[in-house]
Parts: sequence; C-alpha cells; structure tokens
Amino acid sequence: MSDAASTYVIVGAGQAGGELAAELRKLGYAGRIVLLGEEPHIPYRRPPLSKAYLAGEIAETGLYVIQEAQLAKIGVEFVGNARVAAIDRAAKTVRLADGRAFAYDKLALTTGGRARMLTLPGAERPNVLALRTIADVQKLKPYCQPGKRIVIIGGGFIGLETAAVARKLGLQVTVLEGLPRVLARVTVPEVSAFFERVHREAGVDLRTGVQIEGFEGEPEVTQVVLAGGEKIPADVVVVGIGLTPNTELAEAAGLAVDNGIVVDEHAQTSDPDIVAAGDCTNHPSEFLGRRVRLESVQNAMEQARSAARTMAGKPDPYRAVPWFWSDQYDLKLQMVGLSSGFDRFVVRGDLGGRAFAAFYLKDGRLIAADAVSRPQDFMFAKKLVAMAASVDPAQLADESVPLKNLVPA
Amino acid sequence: MPKIVFVQPDGRRQIVDAPVGQSLMEAATQNLVPGIVGECGGSCSCATCHVYIDEPWFSQLTPADEMEAGMLEGAVAPGPHSRLGCQVPVTDALDGLVAHVPPGQ
Repeated sequence: MSDAASTYVIVGAGQAGGELAAELRKLGYAGRIVLLGEEPHIPYRRPPLSKAYLAGEIAETGLYVIQEAQLAKIGVEFVGNARVAAIDRAAKTVRLADGRAFAYDKLALTTGGRARMLTLPGAERPNVLALRTIADVQKLKPYCQPGKRIVIIGGGFIGLETAAVARKLGLQVTVLEGLPRVLARVTVPEVSAFFERVHREAGVDLRTGVQIEGFEGEPEVTQVVLAGGEKIPADVVVVGIGLTPNTELAEAAGLAVDNGIVVDEHAQTSDPDIVAAGDCTNHPSEFLGRRVRLESVQNAMEQARSAARTMAGKPDPYRAVPWFWSDQYDLKLQMVGLSSGFDRFVVRGDLGGRAFAAFYLKDGRLIAADAVSRPQDFMFAKKLVAMAASVDPAQLADESVPLKNLVPA
Repeated sequence: MPKIVFVQPDGRRQIVDAPVGQSLMEAATQNLVPGIVGECGGSCSCATCHVYIDEPWFSQLTPADEMEAGMLEGAVAPGPHSRLGCQVPVTDALDGLVAHVPPGQ
C-alpha cells in the first residue's frame, strides 16, 4: 500500500497527540491522519491551565497547539468526544464507545493521564475539582472572586501554581500537603522551604504534614475536615495530588504495560504497528540509565516527534534530557535532569531571596539543577547536565564565575 | 494580514500569514515551519523558538527583557539579532519581517 492510501490513527488529542500529527506532516507523510480525543477540544496546552488561563490572561483559543482552521488545512481529521472502547489489533481497528470504528495501518497511543482524585466521602461533590482540563478550569473560574475561600489539597506544582494565581485574584488560599514539605517528590528540603516561604509571604495559609479526614456540606462542600478535627471553611476545593496514566486501553489490547505503556527508544510498543508517547509511556532513558515514566510537556512533545518518525519509517531515537518549568508569582522555576541519587548539593545565590540556582552532583558530575529566576544559569546547567560534566562545586557556588565558563568547549 | 518570512539554514524560505497579536513562534508552529519548536508554549522557559531577525525589523522591536536575554545567552549559537519568537508579537509594522531559523534549538 502506498503511503498516501494509508491511515494513521492517533488515540489521545493532548499535546503529544497534536505534536505527533503535526510532525507526521512535517515529515511528508501524505496519508490520512485521524486524531481521536476524549475531550471536545482540539489539542491544547495544559501548562497554562493553572497559570495564565486560570488567571484570565489568555482565551481558550490561546491554548490551542494548532488553531482549528490550520489543523484542517494540514489534513488532520480531529474527532472530539471520542472515547475509545477497544483496540482490535488483529483487525487493526479502533472501536469507540459510541459504536464508531476506525481502521488503521499504524496506531499511536497518546492517551496521557487523568487527575487522581480523593476517595474520601464528599470528594464527588460539585465544588471539589481537579485541575487537568479546560472543563476543570471552567468549573473553577466562577469561584475565583476576591474574598472567596479556596482550599487546595496537594503541595505539588499544580497546587502551588493554582495557589499563586488564586492569591493574585484575591482569594483566601489554604494549601494542605500530606507530606512534611511541598514539592517533596521533585526537589530537596532546601528548595521546598524556599517555596513554602514564598507562598506564606504571599499570604497563603500553607500547612504540611496534615491529613484530611473528610468534607462537610451538602450539596457543595463548605468545610474540609482535618485529622484532629479542625475544620477549614471552603467555597471551592482543588485537588492536585498527581496523575494516573491512561494505560487501560493498551493493557486490554494485550500490549506490555508496566507503570506506563512499555515502549523502546523509538516509542515502539510491543506491537510493531503501534507507537506510544507522552505521560502514558514507560520508556528507556539513556540519560538516566534506566526506564522511566515522565509527566511533562518536554517528554510529551519530544517523544511524540520520535514516535512520528518511527511511524513515518524515518526512526530517530528519543534521547532527551528531562526538563521542566513552573511559574509562581513573579518567579520562574526551571529544572533540568532528575536529582534522585545525588551526593552533593550546591547553591549559587541566596535561598533567602527570590533568585538562586541549586545544583545536584553525583560522583563529581552534574546530574540536575533547579534555577529560580536565573535563566542563564538554567540554560548553561542544561548543557552541563546533558554532557554529565565534571564540575568543581566551589566554582558552581561562586557567583563571580559565570556558569558559561564551566561549559567545556 | 502581515506576512512573515522564515528562512531555514539551507536558505529555504517559507512565507506565512501571521495575524496581528500572534507571536512569531506561533506564526511558525501554526504553519509547520521546521526548526521552531515552542516547547513551553510561549512562556519564555525553553528557548526552542530562537530566531535571528533581519533589519530593519530587529531595531523596531521592544528590546528583550531580562528573562529573555538570559535565555538567549544560553541558546544555540546566539547572535546580535537573536530573539525568542514567543516574545515578539506580530504587528502591522512587522509585515514582511524576515526571521532566520538557527542551526539548532
């Protein structure tokens, strides 16, 4: 079959799905592209949901990765409200819950993940919200009025970004974190303490090490009850406690799944006609020397491009160094690498101020860095981490030595 | 509608229609211009939309702020006419602007 007569189906219209479709066209693929999305929306960027979109600074169309007219122009058939019920690998067909079916020559799974929710009684009430989709933010926005009380459960990136925007909009903000510190999963105590201070200075009632017993109020929650009995009044509750990868479809189809859809460095699943990319995959990382499942835009987009190349018969392995960013108040946090396993921690700048860079070394090599409002340091750290450079900790800490000078020519 | 010209390192030119208010990064990604990624979606966090902007347009732009300048310093092959496409909004005055795509992002 010629390329132009073939059909590539993409299940999942998030950032990975959108990027994959666009990349197929950039690679010259001339066949049919069908992009199936469970949400009604064409592919959109999720990071601004807890930032500029929640703040009301950008419109919904400003979230779209590619505007609708352009998507049609490049020949991507988007099907919204499409819940895929099953993949029939023998018949090479994807079946939707509403009975529609799409035959494929090659298939991509970019199914992403869904927000984890609490299982406590009351968590199903209408003002207990996640923050993962446009629909979530549309439900949250009416509560975003000065003086309203928002209780945010979870001191991760979603929770803290939401807290920053809510303060800016004049809400009374409480953040409840179950662990002894915020961002515990992604950074060290020193950096957690920095963000805790910044939020408290902005007027957030931030509490760590607190357990939630339940919710009171009907039909809407009016109070969050903590273990020990304290009750925190709430007009709205946002739950940001992580993500569950959407792997059920792949698993039911008999693909290898192990904390994510198992793929190789070319985003190939255990079926040669199926690739997968983004938050839903477990992939080998040359940089980390192990398999990993990442939840980030960088991973979604770069792995999607690798998956597109595999589909188009022009393979190019996914070998990126993980990086991530978060905007809170006037601060920009940029992180590169993964710090787990570090044996030395070095700070450049002042953790008591509003800008610094933190470096993580292992066996003398730079494995990760977190930079707050220090873009140069982030960019040069990115290079140093990518080359696993051996660096002198004293020079890393010395503000008078530009980080640029430490990058080997 | 203003037109923007993107030039690849090999000299290939692509002329795109860019609505006023859209950024140069969006103008490129909406039209599948190779080599401009826009990974962070325009939040000045990744420097994957770096371009070199020709005169007379370069001098007409609002200069880069501290964050953008910092990102550019560490971009691939920065030059005196470097900008991040996401930080340059299209205006009528920029009609015909020529932006060169760098050798890497």
